[in-house]
Amino acid sequence: MIEVDARGLSCPIPVVKTKKALSGKPEKATVTVDNVAAFENVTRYAKAMKYEVESKISGEDYILYLTKK
Amino acid sequence: MDKTTKLTVLTGLTIGISALVLVAFGNPTNMGFCIACFLRDISGSLDLHRAPSLQYARPEIFGLVLGSFIVASIKKEFKATSGSSGVVRFFLGFLMMSGALVFLGCPLRMVLRLGGGDGKAIFALIGFTLGIALGCYFLNQGFTLGRSYTQKKENGTIFPFICLLLAVLCLLGLIGKPEEEAHAPFFLSLLLAMGCGVIAQRSRFCMVGGIRDYILFRDKHLFLGSFALFVVVLIGNIILGNFHFSVSLTNSIWYTLSMALVGLSGALLGGCPLRQLILAGEGNGDSAITVLGMIVGAAISHNFGTASSPKVVTAGGKIEVIVGLVFCTILAIVIINKQKKELNV
Repeated sequence: MIEVDARGLSCPIPVVKTKKALSGKPEKATVTVDNVAAFENVTRYAKAMKYEVESKISGEDYILYLTKK
Repeated sequence: MDKTTKLTVLTGLTIGISALVLVAFGNPTNMGFCIACFLRDISGSLDLHRAPSLQYARPEIFGLVLGSFIVASIKKEFKATSGSSGVVRFFLGFLMMSGALVFLGCPLRMVLRLGGGDGKAIFALIGFTLGIALGCYFLNQGFTLGRSYTQKKENGTIFPFICLLLAVLCLLGLIGKPEEEAHAPFFLSLLLAMGCGVIAQRSRFCMVGGIRDYILFRDKHLFLGSFALFVVVLIGNIILGNFHFSVSLTNSIWYTLSMALVGLSGALLGGCPLRQLILAGEGNGDSAITVLGMIVGAAISHNFGTASSPKVVTAGGKIEVIVGLVFCTILAIVIINKQKKELNV
């Protein structure tokens, strides 16, 4: 499982990191961010790359579970 | 068009219409909204520089920050953060302002000038795009200013509070020289800007982000917001009789390079001057430091004569732009190399 820790990183770094993580087209990946803008941006990018996105909030963090459709 | 794109387009339309209204009520032509110009004027209002007729504490800036602060607080998105290369951000903000004052406009005003028929803005747009493209290359290579951390709440509230304080001092006539400068009525400027601040916070509107996200991810939604801004200003200027097309090659290379500096520094910072204000309103201390860098940059640009006048780009301004581009490039390469070394360890 590929895990991306993008907490504390400002736009567009969380999406750049997600893009790199998804470049090998993994079946699953997890991305952790800690602000709403990054959450929205990563979600939009992952969906555009044909990944299903499930998420949960853990304290101040948003954990996104990406699964290839 | 999805909901996010609709909101971004609505933001572009709101800012564009606000700019047209502010010009109609007294702001200078094609300067209904200009973050760089207004921060420069605020810098003058605090006597950080003494350029005549550039010393009004523009309420539009305070309105943007306060609008963002209010809606971020209501939506529980206000979060005091900082710790992501504050000093580097200060100097990138400084250079972003230096570049903007050579062209005489931030990315927002570049689009407003374009919508008013000012052909110089075409060269600026080319440079802006090239600067962002170079920034995207660095981002793809691993450039990052590092992570920020949650701070005590007052670290985030102090900037909006200072903006409120300055707005009150401006209203009471205790700072600045409004009588020397064309401007719309105080409350109209403040309230329209607050409205723009609210919607820009919700949509994450960003002039740098529009081009950057298309280059990096083929994501058009922010770009469509900038495009909507251009269209509404163009139509508005034609209807109001303010569209006057003119183009000249004089200084075109410097308008291109100066906005390349704005694009590059904005890409490295993660957002345009407007976005920095909105983020500062959300409690982002790193963006607040960037804005302070811009205010100091404006002061230095005027005190040392590197800022342009409408017809003249100074020798100092040209040197500053070249130095700025070299500085940003070296900075990016150094940080990328350091990142790569850390990853290999």
